[in-house]
Amino acid sequence: MDIKREDLLQLYYYLKLTRRLEDRVTSLYHQGKILGGAWTSNGTEAVSVGYGYALERNDIAAPYFRDMGVFLIRGISAKRIMAQYFGKKTGVTGGKEGNVHIGDLNFGVIGFPSHLADNYPVGAGAALAFKIRGEKRIAVACTGDGGTSRGDFHEGMNFAAARKLPMVFICNNNQYAYSTPLRLQMNIKDIAERALAYGIPSKIVDGNNVVEVYKAAKEAYEIARNGGGPTFIECKTMRMHGHSEHDSAKYVPRELLEAWKKKDPILNMEKYLWENSIAKKEELDGIDSRVKKEIEEAEAFTEQSPYPEPEDGLKGLYATPIAEE
Amino acid sequence: MREITYLEAIKEALDEEMTRDPGVFILGEDVGVYGGAFRVTEGFYEKYGEWRILDTPLSESGFTGAAIGAALVGMRPVVEMQFADFISCAFDQLVNVAAKNHYRWGAATPIVVRAPYGGNIHGGAFHSQCIEGFFFNVPGLKIVAPSTAYDAKGLLKAAIRDNDPVIYCEHKYLYRRIKDSIPDEDYIVPIGKARIVLEGKDVSIITYGAMVHTALEAAQKLKESGVSVEIVDLRTILPLDKKAIFNTVNKTNKVVVLHEQTKTGGVGAEVSSLITEYCFDYLDGPIIRIAAQDTPVPYSAQMEEAFIPQVKDILSAVEKLIRY
Repeated sequence: MDIKREDLLQLYYYLKLTRRLEDRVTSLYHQGKILGGAWTSNGTEAVSVGYGYALERNDIAAPYFRDMGVFLIRGISAKRIMAQYFGKKTGVTGGKEGNVHIGDLNFGVIGFPSHLADNYPVGAGAALAFKIRGEKRIAVACTGDGGTSRGDFHEGMNFAAARKLPMVFICNNNQYAYSTPLRLQMNIKDIAERALAYGIPSKIVDGNNVVEVYKAAKEAYEIARNGGGPTFIECKTMRMHGHSEHDSAKYVPRELLEAWKKKDPILNMEKYLWENSIAKKEELDGIDSRVKKEIEEAEAFTEQSPYPEPEDGLKGLYATPIAEE
Repeated sequence: MREITYLEAIKEALDEEMTRDPGVFILGEDVGVYGGAFRVTEGFYEKYGEWRILDTPLSESGFTGAAIGAALVGMRPVVEMQFADFISCAFDQLVNVAAKNHYRWGAATPIVVRAPYGGNIHGGAFHSQCIEGFFFNVPGLKIVAPSTAYDAKGLLKAAIRDNDPVIYCEHKYLYRRIKDSIPDEDYIVPIGKARIVLEGKDVSIITYGAMVHTALEAAQKLKESGVSVEIVDLRTILPLDKKAIFNTVNKTNKVVVLHEQTKTGGVGAEVSSLITEYCFDYLDGPIIRIAAQDTPVPYSAQMEEAFIPQVKDILSAVEKLIRY
């Protein structure tokens, strides 16, 4: 599969935007400026950027909480995301939700529930709707390694497989479910083995290589779009920060982090772009300046944005409010 | 006007809504080829095909989640729980996903979950439960529980057309035991509106579901001894029709709250709290709750009869209240 130069540069741009946005959130969190917690995808950005970028405009994504790249690629702006972290009225959810609990159907993004892998059957339901209506759209859902032990992971995969739905399942295998390493989570070598039980073909990819993730996702999407049913893609990567930014992750062996640091997805991509003479350093620096500016603007926007009113918390419970006589 | 059973009313509502709106589809265990454990969807498979009446794997959380996903992209799924008892397996999807989507991130989730509930059928602990209490404390859900064939049809149509997740509690004891005259033309029964089943002036019985019929039987007996009973059928459990509750209390000043659900922390506890909070000055006696015993539903007929509120329980409660 050939990837156009402009797409490669876009992948690089979104990797950088994801990293810099989350780095800025991390530093604001440590300054005590973020309202609640801060979860990031540091070290695993190639997963969300790769599978997010491979989607078509009308497809639906049901991402999880280390999928910042998907939000950005779908078109949810850094401004609205930053405001979301601060609980501002201009945030994606107007302050009703915080941080990565983002959803906006105008951009084809289903809101993330903290109960991991709940989005697997929910995503499959969107795919079911496409199949019933005969639309050439697909749905994709993602969860971490931890989520693959929950029932909804299995129920969602089984249902999608039995009905051959236009669905792709992604796993961001970042080695740790909060503090619990893979060896205490499961007695299998590859999470992809779980897909085998449902008759779902799977692919294991280097989750730190955005091009590889993108290609695998694109291929799986085309199979799903053409009636071939679901695929499971395990992206092997490493969470380089704690579960969330309050967590120093001392339980992760230092050597493991050192080894994965060399495989950083952004350094990886820069090397790929240079070695294949796709872009020069100056061009990538130019992209990075654009990213920095975007984040500065997001912060300025957030600062100027109002907070919601206390009574806004009473609004929006129902889509069809009970009619008063 | 035609006479149809409670079960036929449910079936007609589903059939008419599926014909009216191609976005309406049904999913659940054995609903397709077999026509459902209670035969509610018999003939639908032949009429609508396997993609509008879907037999699912045994995975309530999975297919409820799938219904939510389909609803988010424009469909109006109706989920059938084979027995309401199995809805516990889908608790997380209903409570954390469906109920909160609109509040959290503005996305409507128009799903209906049909829950065949209730006892008196010797089904034991896993085929007899009232499940409305599990979800009563969850903002964002709507819960309805029709007691008549007329309401069964009208409320199901309203639930399907509603843009929020609705848990539709259909009492399986009533399926083939009661009949109603149904208009030939399309109608709905609005969600959130209680109904006065019987006008009276001495005591109010606030109830819903199969207990409406038990209350009617008791009211007939009480009438013979000169006591005039008003019966309010809540019809919608969440959100409660507070206005209807307060109106009847302010009229009769004496209240029995009756339901088949277990007593502690049940719907009746909330109804009676609302009354003391807002209508205290109108009360001429204590609010008496009549509910199922705080145990799992027992199997043996003798124990199940003792578990479920009976006419005699209502008579003694009302007689006690009348003395105030």
